[in-house]
Amino acid sequence: MQKRLILDSRLIDITIDRLCQQLIENHQHFSDTVLIGLQPRGIFFSRLIRQRINKLISVELPLGYLDTTFYRDDFRRRDVPKKANETRINFIIEDKNVILIDDVLFTGRSVRAALDAMLAFGRPSRVELLVLVNRKYSRDLPIEPDYVGRNVNTIDSQIVRVEWKEQGDKENSILLLNTNMKR
Amino acid sequence: MSQLSVRHLLGIKELTIDDIELIFETASNFKEIINRPIKKVPSLRDITIANVFFESSTRTRLSFELAEKRLSADVINFSSSTSSVKKGETLLDTVNNILAMKVDMVVIRHSSPGAPHFLARHIKANIVNAGDGTHEHPTQALLDTFSMRLHFGSLKGLKVAIIGDIMHSRVAISNIFALQKLGAEVMVCGPNTLIPIHISELGVKVELEVRKALEWCDVANILRIQLERQQIKYFPSLREYALYYGVNKQLLDSIKKEILIMHPGPINRGVEISSDVADSDHSIILEQVENGVAIRMAVLYLLADSPLAN
Repeated sequence: MQKRLILDSRLIDITIDRLCQQLIENHQHFSDTVLIGLQPRGIFFSRLIRQRINKLISVELPLGYLDTTFYRDDFRRRDVPKKANETRINFIIEDKNVILIDDVLFTGRSVRAALDAMLAFGRPSRVELLVLVNRKYSRDLPIEPDYVGRNVNTIDSQIVRVEWKEQGDKENSILLLNTNMKR
Repeated sequence: MSQLSVRHLLGIKELTIDDIELIFETASNFKEIINRPIKKVPSLRDITIANVFFESSTRTRLSFELAEKRLSADVINFSSSTSSVKKGETLLDTVNNILAMKVDMVVIRHSSPGAPHFLARHIKANIVNAGDGTHEHPTQALLDTFSMRLHFGSLKGLKVAIIGDIMHSRVAISNIFALQKLGAEVMVCGPNTLIPIHISELGVKVELEVRKALEWCDVANILRIQLERQQIKYFPSLREYALYYGVNKQLLDSIKKEILIMHPGPINRGVEISSDVADSDHSIILEQVENGVAIRMAVLYLLADSPLAN
């Protein structure tokens, strides 16, 4: 399998910094803002975003984890079932500005499921989407991110893999893998 | 592992440890969901489930129905007392007729052991055993062990005494299988006449005195005397049973340790368990009921989650 490095840990760090500056620009004091990381792989990235915002402006943002497994539209249609993960949102999102955070945006179906799943915790006043990697030209649904770490042009058989040190990988990095797989 | 090794839930005996772990993990997620203000997920929105109860039930039927509705499935209910079974229709015909209405899953309770297994061999839908005679009651055992696990963290080395009518209890059999798979030690206790002769071959301890069983165990799972299944008299009177085998506060207080009290319901207060024990802080009877909905959601969800082609 062919591998190509898209971002190494130093560049990811710079990217996180830039994304946080953009968030600060748009949300200023974050008085009504909450962060929600999408399970399973968006949660590492969401923790880093929260830490960095705290470092930059000393604001502790509420952070929750949202699992979309039970809201997906491919139930019984996928070859291998998906395993559910923990949802932990200890706050109400009613009238809040929610920033949904995921590592890779591909078809947009996870985000659709997340929008659905989120409603169980209230009606947010506004929802924004922040992703580390945006795979362009691969969307099944009309969903676009508000904040993008890196845009990449990919074809369906390629896989974008984000590795996190916190998850047991060697270091933070984003890789592009070529496979023979069909979507 | 994200998939069960079975297509039907017929009994605990057929499940692997991985299956049980997967059901527990999924159930914890559902437990979080049913404690939200909005308790529903859309997962099973294109699935129809028939609850076919040939035997009376309150808790199990309500629990299944609630689990199905929380998963957004379409539900039809059937009970034998108000149906054509009374007119002489066979089990297979009844269920085939229900399936002709395009039903994907069947939850069945029947007084004959093996009825769900028979259906599983003859029809295409996923079958969930909600109790078959004196054989198995898998979802009850899953929710019992799940509740113990939430309480103790692990079941390894845990000592569990099952006290009461072991002979007629499907809960006892399923619990023994589940507890042993999860590494717990099991003891059964009851009057000699209500303990099956060869039960020790399952690897359980047998004890005839309630006090000794309680002194030994960490958890006491107390079962109801199933008078409806007893064709002959197994003990002189209910009063005498309560006197010798009833668990009451006085008895528990005289034992110098904390014992977790469980009961699958329905409770006969003052017979196998006294009110002050059933309502005490050590009793998790109502927690069991709550966990029952989460466990049944997990079972239905996981069984339904196989590709449509099957």
